[in-house]
Order: sequence, then C-alpha cells, then structure tokens
Amino acid sequence: MLRRKQIEEGVFKTLAALATYLIIAVLLFLIVVIFKQGYRALDWDMITKVPQGGYYFGGEGGILNAIIGSFYLALGATGLAFIIGLPVALFMNVFLIRHRFWLNRIRFFLDVLWGVPSIVYGAFGFTLMLFLGLRASLLAGILTVTLLIVPIMIRSIDEVLRTVPKGLLESAYALGSTRTEIAFKVFFRQALPGIVTAILLSFGRGIGDAASVLFTAGYTDYIPTSLSQPAATLPLAIFFQLSSPIPAVQERAYASAVVLTLFILIISLLARLLSSKYKEHTIK
Amino acid sequence: MSGSIIRIQNLNVSHKGIPILKDINLTISRNKVTVILGPSGCGKTTLLKCMNRLIDIYNGLDISGQIHLDGEEILNRKNDLTRIRQKMGLLSQRPYPLPMSIFDNVAYGLKIQGVRNRTELADRVEYYLKQVNLWPEVVDRLKSPASRLSIGQQQRLCLARGLAVEPEIILADEPTSALDPLSSTCIEEQFMKLKEQYTILIVTHIMRQARRLADHVIFIYLGEIIEQGPPAEIFDNPQHPTTKEYLRVGH
Repeated sequence: MLRRKQIEEGVFKTLAALATYLIIAVLLFLIVVIFKQGYRALDWDMITKVPQGGYYFGGEGGILNAIIGSFYLALGATGLAFIIGLPVALFMNVFLIRHRFWLNRIRFFLDVLWGVPSIVYGAFGFTLMLFLGLRASLLAGILTVTLLIVPIMIRSIDEVLRTVPKGLLESAYALGSTRTEIAFKVFFRQALPGIVTAILLSFGRGIGDAASVLFTAGYTDYIPTSLSQPAATLPLAIFFQLSSPIPAVQERAYASAVVLTLFILIISLLARLLSSKYKEHTIK
Repeated sequence: MSGSIIRIQNLNVSHKGIPILKDINLTISRNKVTVILGPSGCGKTTLLKCMNRLIDIYNGLDISGQIHLDGEEILNRKNDLTRIRQKMGLLSQRPYPLPMSIFDNVAYGLKIQGVRNRTELADRVEYYLKQVNLWPEVVDRLKSPASRLSIGQQQRLCLARGLAVEPEIILADEPTSALDPLSSTCIEEQFMKLKEQYTILIVTHIMRQARRLADHVIFIYLGEIIEQGPPAEIFDNPQHPTTKEYLRVGH
C-alpha cells in the first residue's frame, strides 16, 4: 500500500515538473529563435530612426515610428480601460456582492467578451470608426484596443478583489465605513499589487495585438503628433516586414519582435518594482 | 446611565430555510461584561453580527425580530447604518488590521468621524495606542505597515482602532482564540479596564475566560438561549442538562 502511494507521488511529481519545465523551455526557445533570426538587423538606427526612403526594400532607417506608435496606443488604451475597469470591478465586489444572480451573469458576459477574437474587435472598431466619422487614426486605434482589453482589465481586477479576506471587510464595515470608503481605502489598497498585474496583462495584450489595429490605427512612417493622425504599431511592423520577400527585411521583422518582447519585459519589471513597494501593506 | 443598552426581541435568523438563531429574547446591561458561551456553530457569532448588521454583507439570510439600541431599531433599514456601527467596536477572531500603516489604522476611525487636524489626530492616535498598551512597542515605527506586527500586537491595534471610533459597546468575537497566552492575558486585562466606560459583549467557548470576565453569562446551544444568569449561578449551579454537560466536559 505504501509502495503504491510512493509510485503515485513519484509519477505525479514527474508529470508536473515535466509540464513546468516544458513551458519554460518553449518560452526560452521562442526568445532564442526570434533573437537568432533578428540580431543581425538589431542596431541603434533601428530603434532611433523612422523609416527612410526605400526602408521596406532594405534601405536606411528604423522602426521608431512603430515603437512610439505602439507605446502611445497601448498607454492610451490601458489608461482608458483602467478608468472604466476599476470602478466596474469595485462596483461588482462592493455593491453587487449580495446579488449573486447578476454577478454571475456579468462575469459570464465578460468572460465571453474576453474570448472574442481580436479581429472581431477590429471589424467592430472599423464600423464604429465609420459611424463616428473618424479616419484610421491613433484615436480610433486606442478606442478599439480599449474595447479589446476592457474585459481583461475588469475580470483580472475582479479576481484580485475576490481574494480580499471577508474578515478584513467586516472589520472595515464595523468601523462605520461607507461602501465607497471600503472600495477605495480598503479594497483598492489591499488589492494594489494584483491590480498592477491586471494592468500589465491588459497592456501586454494591447501592445501585442495586430488584428484590432489593422483597420483602425492604420500605418505610417511618421511618429503621430496628434490623436487624429494614423499610427504605426509594432505588431504590424513585424507583419509587413515579414511579408517581404527580401531576407534583410525579414530579419528586421525578427528584430522588431525582439524590440516588442524587450519592451514588455521592461514594463513588467518596472511595474513589479512599483507594486512591491505597496505589497508590504497587504493583509494576509 | 444604567440599565439596559440593547434589547433583542423575537430575533430569528435562518439561512435558506435552516434556522441559525431561534426566537432570541435578550437584554444586555450597560457597562457590564456579557459573555455569550456555547459550542462552535451554535449561532454565537451570528448573534453578534446581527447587532452591528454585519450580516448585511452575507447572502441569503432571513432575519426577523427586533434589536433596540438605546431605543433605536437596528434592523430597520431606514436607520443610518454607519452611525449604528460606529456605536459598536468589533474585535474579531483573528485580527484584521487595515492595509495601511500602524498610525493610519487608528487614524482611520478618527478620520471617518471627521477629525482632520494633524496635531489632534496625532494626539488621539497616541492616546488610544496607550490605552491598549501598544504605544511603547510601536512608538518608533508608527509609519510602518500594520501587517508587520505580531498577531497579538495586531489584535491590540484593532482594539485601539475600534476605540478610536468612540463606541459605546465593544463586540468581541472569540478575541483571544488566535493569540498566545501572554497576548490573551493582555487583551483580557484591557477588557477589565475598559468595562468601566464601555458595555462589552464577548463571544467565547473558553469557560475559564468567561468566568474571569463575565458579569452576566448567556449560554446558547443550537441557536437557542438555554440558560442565562450571573456567572456564579451558571458555573456553580447550572439548571439545564445541556449546560451541565457542557461545563462538565469543558473543565
């Protein structure tokens, strides 16, 4: 009997470890491949210059237009999604907490929205854009990506808020706090590290998505100076360059992918650093 | 003022048809320590949570009956909930300091009451921390997170936080069950000191604690009040067979 349990434990442990290492290996493999394909094209010009004449045929220049464009777009969309998402998540967890029926339906609805493919948002954003009389622009791109990441933002914050201990809420209520005070002084502070993660998740999704910005943000070789101008984005820069038959341009596509990956890495590290400052206040 | 501060009439609480509290009728005297005794799951905590309407945040509970505090009906939804709750300080089973600094934890209740002046805040935070004997231990780290305190210190911090709201009643739900003996003794000593100014209601299943602290003991079993009276009567001459059994096994 004991022998059987030991085998059971051993098998399960091996399986779990294997799966874990496999995931890490795949991630490393992916980064190595992209880096290997693109490192030759990666130079200072690449990240400091906009495309010059003939860039897409191997000419001079870089992808600064796409780097800045993506940054503006993701920042704008994440900001908007946060402004919409935080109150919604707080409302669900503070005011709707006794209305299980509605809460379950809202969560289901948001999960469905989370699963909708981004090209659908792209198409919807395009229709919306025409309806509002906008051209393909930074603004239209920001609005579409916001739609795409709002469900992610709400549900991630929601999941974090659900882990706030009931005892902490009771204590705060017992002190005579109003629900608004509970929402912003207790829930928000307690969940802050998790909220940072939620923002990060949304930001990553927003900056990495190509399909939703294809029709809405457009593409340009210039850095946008206003919301009504079109904006280039990194995923589309990768897409266009990779479609080229010229090997040197394809290499640049991989280099752009490296830039995008590093971008997300740096943002993640910064956010972790910020949230660890607040983590010590969290009540377990 | 003396006499009764809380009067409970025909209180029934049930969850999805299953009764938790059955026909509770109770009077709680002002400036006395009332101990609610009984085995786990008998409804002690629910009774406590009815008093400051913490049950409001739970789903699917049916409540009927009346709870009068100073002649005001607590269960009436029209009454100002935050004001009712501010009349009662809660000390829960395990301490839950707020996710902020030690100072801000105590200042939180003061700010809710509208104290804004910085020197006044500082003075009163110091006063309440001294009242629970925590001041010397935290004086040089008031700005550090409350989560870093030991669990015994956290419980005293929660008591100070509760007192800062200036309640009339202290509700304590097994306040020492998560604490070591030294911290427990410390909390008990606070209660002995506080009972001159406050009405204290303690839920416990530790009989020795009940005997040490109580002016009045209420024994609850399966959602019903089985017996109540002064500790001398309940502990030395219990009338009801269940009380007898509980006391016999517990000692």
